[in-house]
Amino acid sequence: MSGTGGPSLIDSLFQRTLDDLIKGIRLHIPGASQSTFISKSLDEIRREIKSTDLQTKSIALQKLTYLHSLHHIDMSWAAFHAVELTSSSSFIHKKTGYLAASLSFRSSIDVLLLLTNQLRKDLGSNNQHEVSLALECLSVICTPDFARDLTPDIFTLLTSSKSFIKKKAIACLLMVFSQYPDAVRVCFKRLVENLESAGDNNAQVLAATVGVFCELATKEPRSYLPLAPEFYRILVESRNNWVLIKVLKIFAQLGKLEPRLAKKVVEPICDHMKRSEAKSLVFECVRTVVSSFYEYEFAVKLAVEKIREFLMDSDLNLRYLGLQGLLLVAPHHLWAVLENKEVVIKSLSDVDRNIKLEALRLVMSMVSDDNVVEICRVLIGYALKSDPEFCNEILRSMLSTCSRNVYEIIIDFDWYVSLLGEMARIPHCQNGEEIEFQLIDIGMRVKDVRPELVRVGRDLLIDPALLGNPFIHRILSAAAWVSGEYIQFSRNPFEIMEALLQPRTNLLPPSIRSVYIHSTFKVLSFCLHSFLLPEEGVNSSLIKVDDIEPGFTYSESEQEFTENDHATSYSSMHKGDTFTQESIVNVLTLVITSLTPLTESHDVEIQERVRNVLGLAQLAQEEICSHHDQKEKMVDKVDLKTSTIVRLINEAFSEDLGPIPFNAQERVPIPNGLVLEDNLSNLDSICADVQLPINESFSLIKPTFLPTDGDSTSNQQNEEDSEVSAAESTSLLAEHRKRHGLFYLPSDTNKKASSSFPPANDPKQGDNDVEDLVKLTEESLVLKRKPNLSRPRPVVVKLDEGDRLPITVKKTDENDDLISGAVRDVLLGNEATSHSNNPSGRRKGKSHSKDKVENSETSSSSKRRSKHRSHGKNVEEKDENSEKSKQKSGGRHKSRRRADGHIDVAVQKPVIPDFLL
Amino acid sequence: MHASFVFVLVKYRCSFSLYFLHSIVLCVGGSIVLRRISRRRELRLKMGIRFVLMVNKQGQTRLAQYYEYLTLEERRTLEGEIVRKCLARNEQQCSFVEHRTYKIVYRRYASLFFLVGVDNDENELAILEFIHLLVETMDRHFGNVCELDIMFHLEKAHFMLEEMVMNGCIVETSKANILAPIQLMDKSS
Repeated sequence: MSGTGGPSLIDSLFQRTLDDLIKGIRLHIPGASQSTFISKSLDEIRREIKSTDLQTKSIALQKLTYLHSLHHIDMSWAAFHAVELTSSSSFIHKKTGYLAASLSFRSSIDVLLLLTNQLRKDLGSNNQHEVSLALECLSVICTPDFARDLTPDIFTLLTSSKSFIKKKAIACLLMVFSQYPDAVRVCFKRLVENLESAGDNNAQVLAATVGVFCELATKEPRSYLPLAPEFYRILVESRNNWVLIKVLKIFAQLGKLEPRLAKKVVEPICDHMKRSEAKSLVFECVRTVVSSFYEYEFAVKLAVEKIREFLMDSDLNLRYLGLQGLLLVAPHHLWAVLENKEVVIKSLSDVDRNIKLEALRLVMSMVSDDNVVEICRVLIGYALKSDPEFCNEILRSMLSTCSRNVYEIIIDFDWYVSLLGEMARIPHCQNGEEIEFQLIDIGMRVKDVRPELVRVGRDLLIDPALLGNPFIHRILSAAAWVSGEYIQFSRNPFEIMEALLQPRTNLLPPSIRSVYIHSTFKVLSFCLHSFLLPEEGVNSSLIKVDDIEPGFTYSESEQEFTENDHATSYSSMHKGDTFTQESIVNVLTLVITSLTPLTESHDVEIQERVRNVLGLAQLAQEEICSHHDQKEKMVDKVDLKTSTIVRLINEAFSEDLGPIPFNAQERVPIPNGLVLEDNLSNLDSICADVQLPINESFSLIKPTFLPTDGDSTSNQQNEEDSEVSAAESTSLLAEHRKRHGLFYLPSDTNKKASSSFPPANDPKQGDNDVEDLVKLTEESLVLKRKPNLSRPRPVVVKLDEGDRLPITVKKTDENDDLISGAVRDVLLGNEATSHSNNPSGRRKGKSHSKDKVENSETSSSSKRRSKHRSHGKNVEEKDENSEKSKQKSGGRHKSRRRADGHIDVAVQKPVIPDFLL
Repeated sequence: MHASFVFVLVKYRCSFSLYFLHSIVLCVGGSIVLRRISRRRELRLKMGIRFVLMVNKQGQTRLAQYYEYLTLEERRTLEGEIVRKCLARNEQQCSFVEHRTYKIVYRRYASLFFLVGVDNDENELAILEFIHLLVETMDRHFGNVCELDIMFHLEKAHFMLEEMVMNGCIVETSKANILAPIQLMDKSS
């Protein structure tokens, strides 16, 4: 439709104006009718825009621009018409054209090349408004070609007597620099001159100049150190808050590089902080001081005072910024946070989620090994009463803080493991994956915590209600694995067996179910081993484990400690008649009856593991039952076929699994002939069919709670106390026993382990009063060692390199080294390079490609020569200037290398050949 | 592509100066030039203000000015996300929202939300002052400015914004200076 010819006279006469279009859009309700109207208008525009009458064309373009910017209609096809309008002699048309160009053009549009000459013409125009239009457009759509071709014109404008033009030319310059770095050489000197401009007329020029320097300095602060005196003058003399804020930002960058400068600047900044009425300026001063000048005690004290004022303010925005300020202070001056902890803790229950998040970050910054227990207790209280989203935010930050640097801050691992168990029971907990990882990770790293880990795992496994919540499945998987792997610490293996085989496990996805079944296998082999070969006991096998453990070394005393611990825990559970003939037979029946249906499972993983378990169980059942009948020769249990097999299996399982370093894969030599880089994209098509059913079955299991256990739902929601919940879960289990009598063993009285530490969510915190919590944290934040924590921290197996998390603390150290290296670089290099006010030459030498470095000239090069260059003819002019700049760049490279060498040392240092903490 | 340029040359020769020939020479070699441009890494320095949006209570955009290039699709999703995030907030919540790599500073005036996306280290309070200045300037020009004024005079709103902000940097803070060109234009037409 649009393709057929230009518009008729009628079209031009009765053209809809922009107002008509807007009214029309408003008449149609958003949705289908509006979009039909828009597409109809678009057809009209397509016709009208071809008109030779510029007025018609201009209105069409106006409408199109409107649709483009508010209704996201593509207008790249009209680019040429926009270019055409910019060449009109009428200002209104020109403006329409430029507006369309700046709103819609992108660097890849081909008609951009046509715009160059129009821009040049307008930049040289006598009408300052035309110049301003061109500059505004250029500042948005600038490409390297534009920048190269138009640099001379902008250079001329920099000396314009009209500040209206001058300020825009300066603001435009930043865009030109970034697109065409060679322009720096031409224009930099004039830009610097503008820093000296003062007076009412030039206030805006100064603002624009400082704005440009602020952006440049953020990218590469070192180069602008020589300009520090200029900035200092502005900092002291200027009364314009916009300018001051930008100058402060520049000093925040420079101050990090040059300590002597910081010393000089800190006084005037404090003056501004004391005197200024404008909150924006005060906050900028605070931010500058606490992020860059934190070594100056008096300045920091003043800043913290101001932060406190912000925190106490009724204005929410100021309170938010106050919290942000505290967060910046925290790394170097933790006392400031501790001083304001009441406000921080109170902010945790603020209505505004952003404020809550900032407060949470602050609380996390306060955590240390002394107060981690109390802070976590408080936070769990908050998590329970928060909305699901924030609750998970709290849990996530707790998990990441506690696991930082291989659980650096955790001393009492028993407490931490039970905390993880508590987290799993919080409704809405969606951090299953992380908790799963940490449970297993701690199990592998910390030997002493294993009995407690098994207890926590048992509490989770035994609760049928948890199986209904898909978010917890990952945690249950970890609990099942832990219970199977460390079954020797369990007080009642039979109970765990029951829990692993309870009917509701069919709610689990197959991948996790197979973990359950494999754990069953481990538990079964443990039971059989204990029954058939009691004299070989777990003690001996444990010692053996310690001996054969490769790669880990324990000190002698620790070795004894762990052994004793194992021995006591083992003997306590081993006395009595736990493994009687009858109980073993019952276990075997349970295993066989509940697993037999699964031999037909569609999931290979489940099927295979079930068959493994059943193979062992059936063999054992045959032999033990036959002996049972004869009732006499229980003595030669040792000679049974089962015993031999169970011994073998147990030996296999008793080898300790350890943590795996992050880079373990890299150390595996690649076998000859194996092509790792081979394209595996066609695997997707093959695997697609295979993986689908797994996902489906997972989503089928999604419903959170089955209607059959209503009370278990409420149980889970009211969960406050681990003891109560454990009791409840046992009663639920009893209910199951009643229902499926066949599957369950006669229950023996449940011996509940009493924990020596307070449960994470104690009912005392149930009332959740903010005041109470504040008081609690007040106690907790007092820096003293709690007497009951005096017991030594257990051994945490730590790998020498490549543990899971890249250690952030060390990283910042490296950065510091880099920065200090840079400072030295500047200090040493300055004498050689900073003669004359010549920073542009230095800048260019650093940031551009090699050939440019070779042809480099200093900024004093004449305008004529730069024009010459701007046409792309790089004449080899080897004058002394270029020689000099070569030397400079050479010098820099050398110092770079030196800095690099320094980093190498820093990296090597933390590698300590000790595996222990 | 080359053919179309030649056509363009024939049709519009009169409206362009002689410089045009120079451009055409570039165009013929254009395919090479263009490829080089498109492959070029995005070098652009990021200035403080990244975009200014005006959105009404219903979530309809009333003005959108970006200081960095985003495709239409990116703009649409960004505006959608921001509107959903900010409009859901009430008066008792603070005016700063973090979104992707931006920090959004916003302020509500009657039915209209003014949203400014800035870099993370930009001074939030200064941006709030900037928003207020923008509204005051519009108010002075339109007299009791409302959503409809901005709708029907989008060009003028853009014009004011262009006077105040260039390349993401605030260059003019005097209301009289900002409005001078517009008044001149109104007088002449």
